[in-house]
Amino acid sequence: MVEFIYLDHAATTPAYTGVVKAMQKALQEVFGNPSSPHSFGLEAERLVNRSRTAVAESIGAEPGEIYFTSGGTEADNLAIRGTLQAKRRQGSHVIASAVEHDAVLETLRHLQELGVCEYTLIVPDEEGLISPKAVAAAVREDTVLVTVMLINNEVGTIQPVEEVVNRVKAENPEIYCHSDAAQALGKMSFRVNDLGVDLLTLSGHKLGGPKGVGSLFCRKGVRLISQNTGGGQENGLRSGTENVPAIAGFGEAVTTAVGDMRLNLENWRRCQSHLMELVKTIPDTAVHGTPLTMAPHIVNMGFPGIRGEILVHALAEKGIFVSTGAACSSRKQITSHVLDAMGVVPLLAEGSIRISFGAETTVEEIDILAGLLKQTVGELRSFQRN
Amino acid sequence: MYELLLIRYGEIGTKGKNRHMFEQRLRANMEKALQGLDVAGVERAHTRFYVELNQDARDIIARLQKVFGIASMSPVKRVGLDEAHITEAAVQIMDDILARQTDQNGRKRTFKVETHRPNKSFPLTSPEVSRNLGAELLKEFPQLAVDVHTPELRLEVEIRDRFAYVYTERIPGPGGLPVGVSGKAVLLLSGGIDSPAAGHLMMKRGVEPLAVHFHSPPFTSERSREKVLDLARQLAGPGGVIPVHVVHFTEIQKALNLHCPPKLLMTVMRRFMLRIAEAIAESKGAMALITGESLGQVASQTMASLLATGHVVRLPVFRPLIGFDKLEIIELAKQIGTYDISIQPYEDCCTIFVPRHPETQPDLIDVETAEAKMPIDELIQEALERTEVVLCGKD
Repeated sequence: MVEFIYLDHAATTPAYTGVVKAMQKALQEVFGNPSSPHSFGLEAERLVNRSRTAVAESIGAEPGEIYFTSGGTEADNLAIRGTLQAKRRQGSHVIASAVEHDAVLETLRHLQELGVCEYTLIVPDEEGLISPKAVAAAVREDTVLVTVMLINNEVGTIQPVEEVVNRVKAENPEIYCHSDAAQALGKMSFRVNDLGVDLLTLSGHKLGGPKGVGSLFCRKGVRLISQNTGGGQENGLRSGTENVPAIAGFGEAVTTAVGDMRLNLENWRRCQSHLMELVKTIPDTAVHGTPLTMAPHIVNMGFPGIRGEILVHALAEKGIFVSTGAACSSRKQITSHVLDAMGVVPLLAEGSIRISFGAETTVEEIDILAGLLKQTVGELRSFQRN
Repeated sequence: MYELLLIRYGEIGTKGKNRHMFEQRLRANMEKALQGLDVAGVERAHTRFYVELNQDARDIIARLQKVFGIASMSPVKRVGLDEAHITEAAVQIMDDILARQTDQNGRKRTFKVETHRPNKSFPLTSPEVSRNLGAELLKEFPQLAVDVHTPELRLEVEIRDRFAYVYTERIPGPGGLPVGVSGKAVLLLSGGIDSPAAGHLMMKRGVEPLAVHFHSPPFTSERSREKVLDLARQLAGPGGVIPVHVVHFTEIQKALNLHCPPKLLMTVMRRFMLRIAEAIAESKGAMALITGESLGQVASQTMASLLATGHVVRLPVFRPLIGFDKLEIIELAKQIGTYDISIQPYEDCCTIFVPRHPETQPDLIDVETAEAKMPIDELIQEALERTEVVLCGKD
């Protein structure tokens, strides 16, 4: 086995052993279709509902408010498209932060092109924070949806979602408020009733669960139009035979991640401040965002004069796995739309990498990372283009 | 319907004494291409090959269409040497075609019979066979009419020593020479659009390629390396294998960055690449190098640049794309299925280290002076030692 240090948990995480066991059981033993009337079906349905309860409890929701999807992207799509269709008569204006995940931004861009909606993007300050006031000021008579993520996936900024919702609801209580919390569950305590959101996205594979599963919290009384029609599963909102093994794994992962959160948080905060301390010794280094509003498990930093992608490859050669920005977007474009929106100059944005911790990350690993980072940045800078 | 595929080869029929070797190679290449399919084998008779067709017919033909050296193919019926059997086969073929293509609004379909008779002991002459068979078909199918000049259907009869062959279709093959008959050459394979197309053209002339790729981690990614291997797999075609020599080029890049004036960097880099390719060629018994250069396409492909780079090697450098326009190269790359792989957005070393304005008219003396500061032999030796060979085939 090759020695490696994986510090790209915001892209995806290894599954907990308990998750693998739960999934194996669902694949081999509880393999029924939850819609079947016999005992195999019933058992599978119980398994799904146990996960539903676990997910609901983790965010302070009712089990009946959790709808399983194929992941965060589908949950975001369902929230946006489902709202726009349900509220067609009231209007078609959406407000989103400019630092949302592509699952939100691309969906809005596409829908605007089709003439289904109009949207306004709220640009963050240089720390990456969205101003609740600015969001409220953008509310129009025909605004039907506001979407602001809870933790930004690239920089780790914790957005003031609660205040955004309060201000938006003060303008017009009918507006649905959505938050993509794919990066937040297991990384901070939050409850949907405190946030006040109507819709909230979760993802399985960011917290030790399997890929291909996520969920949308949809508050009781909030009406969405289904985007998947068929057998009427998930209370008619998301047809399609439930992905029972993945849902079982998701439930298990949520329970473990939330249970271990206090310990993890302590560890991550230690790793984070340690890393930020150590990189101070590398000349010309900028950490994006401030610790006060930063999630504990993400550090995004820039080294002007180096291409982030090359730094990622150089570290990978030495057995350390980090990322440039979001895993999905890092292949398409050179600079990230998040850093761009924060007003980071291109030279610095181009040289930025994201380091993200997981349950197994240790301070020793951070020491090794910092040492190699310093060495590699020095090497690469000596070969920069004239 | 058809139980046999007749395969014709083109140029190799004309190669005199070498013919036997050419035929053997073509047959071996066809057999390799058909591996994994339910095929009994490739049978040779005179200047033809035959492959039995079965439920895999479509796949058999599709794969053979990529085997260089094949001029054309026809699914045929093989029958005994008498008119009754020939007529019976022709009626079956015609019946099948007419049944598949109905609704002609009552318009007659035109046809023509063509007979070839290498077997002169057959009692009837070619025109006689054609005439008799034409008359039989007209009797059998009232919807047919003869048109000897521009027929819609051409029914062909070949009368050979032991059998007669009846068919209507000629499926074009890729032409060229069987891969391997011309010897080995080293292809400088980047992740771009041009070099795979150049490799394809030389393979068409019978060259067995081995590829060299220059990899510069961390400046180039694992994915860009994987892309090059995918290109080689595509180029290898059904049953083929191309060994890709992945050369660790990073140290040379670093040395170039350190010693070389930016304007000449590209030229000197290309010289290193050619030297390494030649060293690999010599160790593997290859007799030429192949590049995807096209005159004037970029700064490194002007005549002055080609002179300054080609100067360092003794082996002939084949540049089959030299007279191609970019659009023609793209068209070719699309045809051979490498284009979609090439346009994946992973950079190779050429695009990362190049200065914005490279010299288009490098002077040989300047280049040699710039190079003189570098430990050329050591660098090349080190790069060769850190070369990894990956065998790339479709399976």
